[in-house]
Amino acid sequence: MYRILEKRQLNPTVTFMSIDAPLVARKALPGQFIILRVSEDGERIPLTVAGYDREKGSVDIIFQVVGATTMKLNAKQKGDAICDFVGPLGKPTETEGIKKACIVGGGVGCAIAYPVAKGLHDLGCEVTTIAGFRNKDLVILEKEFEEASDRFFRMSDDGTWEEKGVVTAPLKEMLEKGERFDTVIAIGPLVMMKFVTLETAKFGQKTTVSMNPIMIDGTGMCGCCRLTVTDADGNKHTKFACVDGPDFDAFTVDFDEAMMRNAMYSDFERRAREEECNLLKAEVK
Amino acid sequence: MPVIPHKHPMPSQDPAVRAHNFNEVATGYTAEIAVEEAKRCLNCKNKPCVAGCPVGIDIPAFIAKIKEGDFEGAYDVISAFSSLPAVCGRVCPQETQCESKCTLGIKFEPVGIGRLERFAADTHNANVCDSAVRPAPNGHKVAVVGSGPSGLTCAGDLARKGYKVTVFEALHTAGGVLVYGIPEFRLPKTIVAREVEGLKRLGVDIETNVVVGRTLTVDELFADGYEAVFIGSGAGLPNFMGIPGESLKGVYSANEFLTRSNLMKAYRDHSDTPIMKGGKVAVVGGGNVAMDAARTALRLGAEKVYIVYRRSMTELPARREEVEHAEEEGIDFRLLCNPVEVLGYHNPDDRRDPKNGCVTGIKCIKMELGEPDERGRRRPVPVAGSEFVLDVDTVVISIGTSPNPLIKSTVKGLEVNKHGGIIVNEDGLTSREGIYAGGDAVTGASTVISAMGAGKVAAKAIDEYIRKA
Repeated sequence: MYRILEKRQLNPTVTFMSIDAPLVARKALPGQFIILRVSEDGERIPLTVAGYDREKGSVDIIFQVVGATTMKLNAKQKGDAICDFVGPLGKPTETEGIKKACIVGGGVGCAIAYPVAKGLHDLGCEVTTIAGFRNKDLVILEKEFEEASDRFFRMSDDGTWEEKGVVTAPLKEMLEKGERFDTVIAIGPLVMMKFVTLETAKFGQKTTVSMNPIMIDGTGMCGCCRLTVTDADGNKHTKFACVDGPDFDAFTVDFDEAMMRNAMYSDFERRAREEECNLLKAEVK
Repeated sequence: MPVIPHKHPMPSQDPAVRAHNFNEVATGYTAEIAVEEAKRCLNCKNKPCVAGCPVGIDIPAFIAKIKEGDFEGAYDVISAFSSLPAVCGRVCPQETQCESKCTLGIKFEPVGIGRLERFAADTHNANVCDSAVRPAPNGHKVAVVGSGPSGLTCAGDLARKGYKVTVFEALHTAGGVLVYGIPEFRLPKTIVAREVEGLKRLGVDIETNVVVGRTLTVDELFADGYEAVFIGSGAGLPNFMGIPGESLKGVYSANEFLTRSNLMKAYRDHSDTPIMKGGKVAVVGGGNVAMDAARTALRLGAEKVYIVYRRSMTELPARREEVEHAEEEGIDFRLLCNPVEVLGYHNPDDRRDPKNGCVTGIKCIKMELGEPDERGRRRPVPVAGSEFVLDVDTVVISIGTSPNPLIKSTVKGLEVNKHGGIIVNEDGLTSREGIYAGGDAVTGASTVISAMGAGKVAAKAIDEYIRKA
């Protein structure tokens, strides 16, 4: 069992938890993920490492309540425990040789973008962050990003938080002015990463994306997290996000296919969420 | 007394009933049938059957005990050689191992050795409460990576010699392929759990949720005081065919399909883990895993299940018994057929149509057998212009696996072959001192019993290695 050391609500649907997992904390690096099960017979879900404290032996996760499992997780309180917590999985984000980076985060993806930004900032790298949210109420980690960034662009879809517009707008402006980065790292919804990639490709600006496919074992056994990448010679290859990723060269990824695959169980998820909702409501009564 | 020419048939659930439940297909011999079957053993002097067993069980000795009605005695004989008798009695391919060597088998059907092994193990498990007899500790520590058949066997053998053994398992449940791969109807999970409990009583520690290569490395295990490491990390990532449409919604690898159903219990109602149920299903491949996937799909409620295999029934690698069971249950074998494309739904007028990208069929081409290849198997060649479409909603690709890159990439100096399998000598020793390996991580996809055999060989070598040091 893995105890919840801390729990904070970051916005109405996004929660921060710090989990007691010393073995994972010892090794975790930005860009890696963990797999957890809330209870026996529960589903295994992947979540990206949002932070870690090697001395305390804790690993932080930030999650949005989207399905039955995240709902169950969110019902747990500080001091409660979850059944399984395994990691760190996947390859860490490549930081070697990067002196100037642009981090683009969208929505809850910012939870994953933050440790990458902080990691690079701590290494002395020049960090430009572009964070985008639907509206002001959904903003997370503003202060943290502020501290980890040399430049910080705040974007919202409806203009309630600083600039109105999409994350690609400031990126495009910088690239058009001739600014270049050692890498652009985009982390967020697939559609956002796709549009960031379309923009950076025009300028030949190296870009990395963090893929978040459906996973089961997460250790390189089931093949559920596969995606198609196209190499420089135009040959297509099947790659597995759990062991080959989760970071990929953005110009090689088939985003449309990935979006389609992520919607595989959307019906099931909606039904499960409704059932879980009713169950939790019944418990409250 | 005249020889009974045939094995006593295995009592089984009716195919029409079992096709809709996950209960075990074969229900096992009764004591009366077991004794009668045991009497068929000629107790011949040269015991060729023993040589056919990868772990060398003294088969005539345990059969003699059953003949006398000493079922517990029979179990004791088996368990002196095998850590997982109830498992092997069910999933070993006896027809190509012990039973293929049986003297009686020259003229008649061989003795039902597997069925008798299962009977002895089940009778023991039903009647005897194991006591905790822990061997005296010898003060040495060994780490085992992976809790599948090779790892559990290696751990058990070393624990019996007094070693302190810790098994590291990446998943949340111990058992490896026995829990994620082989379905409940062929190997009930309570049996696996019982075998694992038996090892714990011997003093074996099982640490779940530890991915060696990520959470811990092999070198850290040595630094933690383990004197030897056995790697039994299993087969790894699934292969795909590389044909168009393999990423459509409704295309699974057999590993994923079976893991969802077996490990994550998607076969139960109200499981949190989803799986495609019902409709028409095509399983591509002809091995035991393909049979398991096809029969699982049927039990999940599929109205029609096809096996699509590019060679003929003669070359089909699955166990005969599994093929017969599958046929009885109504699986439709489309032999000499090779998929060329998975077809999907596409609504040109509505990009948001949720059905977009869902599988609608699998396009196959007919094959004929040509010249034998280097292994002597006749190579299948496509028949030009013979393409046809099977209408299906789900496709399960079951064409083997490639080794997991995690261990190889994190253990310096560990040599692997061109397929990625770890290279070992006859003792299971790898290219690095103190590191042994066995099972699918070495051989690629193979059987439970050969993995157990490799675990056994390595346990013996590890014992000698540590005692010499």
